[in-house]
Amino acid sequence: MAGDWLGIVSRYRWRVGGAIVTPTHAVKRAVRTVDLVRAPIVKAVLRNRWPQFLIRLMALAGFVFAIVAGLIGTPVGSHNFAIVFVWIAWWAVLMLIAVPFLGRGWCSLCPIPLPGEWLQNGAALGPIKKGFGLNRRWPKKLRNIWLQNIAFTLVALFSLVVLTTPNVTSIVLLALLFMAIGTSLIFERRSFCRYLCPVGGFIGLYSQLAPIELRVKDTAICVAHTEKSCYIGSAEGYGCPWNVYPAALTKNINCGLCLECLRTCPEDNIAINLRSFGADLRQTRGRKLDEAFKAFIMLGSALIYSAVMLGPWGVLKSAASSIGTPNWLIYALGFVVLIFGVLPGLFLGAVALGNKMTQATASLKKTFVAYSYSLVPLGLMAWIAFSISFVFTNISYAWSTASDPLGAGWNLLGTAQAAWAPYLTQSIPLLQASVLLLGLGWSSVTARRIANETQAGRGALWQALPVVGYCCVITIGLMGLLIG
Amino acid sequence: MKAERLAQLLIVLLVIGLPSIAVIARSSSGAIELHGSIADNGGWNPANLSVNVGQPIHLRLTSDDVMHGFAVGQSDRAPIDVAPGVMTETTLIFDQPGKYTFYCTRWCGLNHWRMRGTIEVSGSSSETVASTTPLYIDLKLNIDDPHPADVVPADKPSAARGSVFQASIPPSYLDPKIYQTESPAVVWRELRTASFSKSLSAAQVWDLVAFIWKANSTPQSFAAGQKLFAQNCAACHGEAGQGDGVMAAALDKGSQASMGESTKKPIDFTDAANMLGASSAILQGKIVRGGMGTGMPYWGPIFTDRQIWSVINYLWSFQFDTNN
Repeated sequence: MAGDWLGIVSRYRWRVGGAIVTPTHAVKRAVRTVDLVRAPIVKAVLRNRWPQFLIRLMALAGFVFAIVAGLIGTPVGSHNFAIVFVWIAWWAVLMLIAVPFLGRGWCSLCPIPLPGEWLQNGAALGPIKKGFGLNRRWPKKLRNIWLQNIAFTLVALFSLVVLTTPNVTSIVLLALLFMAIGTSLIFERRSFCRYLCPVGGFIGLYSQLAPIELRVKDTAICVAHTEKSCYIGSAEGYGCPWNVYPAALTKNINCGLCLECLRTCPEDNIAINLRSFGADLRQTRGRKLDEAFKAFIMLGSALIYSAVMLGPWGVLKSAASSIGTPNWLIYALGFVVLIFGVLPGLFLGAVALGNKMTQATASLKKTFVAYSYSLVPLGLMAWIAFSISFVFTNISYAWSTASDPLGAGWNLLGTAQAAWAPYLTQSIPLLQASVLLLGLGWSSVTARRIANETQAGRGALWQALPVVGYCCVITIGLMGLLIG
Repeated sequence: MKAERLAQLLIVLLVIGLPSIAVIARSSSGAIELHGSIADNGGWNPANLSVNVGQPIHLRLTSDDVMHGFAVGQSDRAPIDVAPGVMTETTLIFDQPGKYTFYCTRWCGLNHWRMRGTIEVSGSSSETVASTTPLYIDLKLNIDDPHPADVVPADKPSAARGSVFQASIPPSYLDPKIYQTESPAVVWRELRTASFSKSLSAAQVWDLVAFIWKANSTPQSFAAGQKLFAQNCAACHGEAGQGDGVMAAALDKGSQASMGESTKKPIDFTDAANMLGASSAILQGKIVRGGMGTGMPYWGPIFTDRQIWSVINYLWSFQFDTNN
């Protein structure tokens, strides 16, 4: 039948979205989804370990080569594989494709945890024997993304140097690799990915917007299944490396799409659904302060990066790159104050104003956290707008660097002499403006929807209005910085 | 189990094999990789090379920061651009033993001139090359002494106007030694007191001096000096020789202190009171040795004797109109 793509479309079904462990967790709204693993070929490919392993192996090859290139290649960033293929090519794939459309799809293929998992599990491919390590539980007080928030902020403070200096990039990549290995040897499962990885934190936040999710098909089956092999593991696969009970999944944030539950579930009860964009933002449960602050960190970083990397202010650029100097300390302090103080502070004011106008009774903290999720679409769009600019401006370095990845005078692919040429220079401002306006609209609609959770009609409108105003101000700021 | 072993083997091959291949491929070219970076970041690396006479030295040149240029001092070989992240290969062969200086030919920063290295060429040669001692040493001149001119012309003297009276000039004044060892002010005083110049005005005597100075130059030498000045001197001394090149302001502030040497505002070659009191020997000395404590580089290992005299020929054009 026409349009029957892999036999999926004809099997459209309606379900009550979200994982329902108990009736009180039920989501009130129907979510239209398409289960990809209903197609036998898709299921077979995803359940088989080799395709995922080989892709991760190739990613590991690139990762290791990037470290080597950064250490022994040219220190000129635009001619070094470490800079061009990590911070331009990989970043482009991550921010323009993977995160918006696949959510944590990158985490599924990320090579960084692979060596540590091999040691931890005693196997690189499948669960055949016991590995070694202390296998401790992650400390309860740290079971949040605050450490990821701090890790991202630390990297962000040094980012101008990290993003342009190959050997510093190598050091950062090595640090991530050894942190992942060390964490795997001390703690159970993928604690590094879940609680430490500075990239994983924001991928998780923005994965809520992706049109893809891993969920159980029928929670009743999970409840009845006593072995809980999805969490404990079985001969078919590991217990959830992300320490998640799939039946409890209501949002993408903590699901790394590692596909282990797809392999271990004996009831064939795991679905990988296509769904509408931003479906997780409709979830009223599980909103947390650490995730709220991640939204501010990402939004603030997009603003600062746009000013530092794309703006005309040489003084700012100079301060950001002169690490350790008084000017850098002022820059770092300003960075931290903006993302942890000014942006959340102004947002708190906007939320309080909305509460006051509608005489809402909900606690300010709870309202603040709830509304901060409305910043997620704008944050992602801000990063996409920022990435569009420097990716299309710099991606042509990839042709020469692919042929001469160390800047050693090689010409492996015959493209070593390819000249730098920015792409889409005329269209970039229009693209950026469109993306930012989309983010503003999406965030505004989300804010209004969040307001509807506690208010009705005009009251919801008034409560959401200051938050929408906040989003407008941020959008105008980003427009000014990115488009001028 | 077989699949697991294969997976592990692939990881090991990759983690150990790939870096090894990269490192081996990187170091197996057999050439010397010469990295350039601005002097504040270390200059050339390695900065000292050695080779035997007649033995080719294969260099792979690359810049680690901005655009640089590579040339070997006292050589006619054209400079080579050294671009960031790009390898440029060249082969040098030296037929005379000695210590050669290679240097950056692009104005890469305030301390550009410090971006130098040496090539120690050992062995022997069948040819003997006579070395010349700078005049200021033979003449025992202290080139750091002030040399103010006690007399200066009201207007720029003209060699063309001076040529009208050339027949009256005593032949001894056309001896190159006068041009090389005496200052224009001294020669003017001598000519002024000579009997033949009694009918000439002061300005006309200055024109005669200009004629004498031009007579010690050739169009080829002047053109070569002009080009060398533009490439190597203008950044500090200015294109018009007024001491106002792009680096002048920074030198005036003594901002080279971090490199261990104080600096001064570059000399203004259009300043008659200073220039006309100097002999060509003093200028040669300053070019060869550099201006100690001023930031003026030493060009002795870079320029040939002929090139230095070409530059001096051109420098006098800031005082004398030498156009025909």
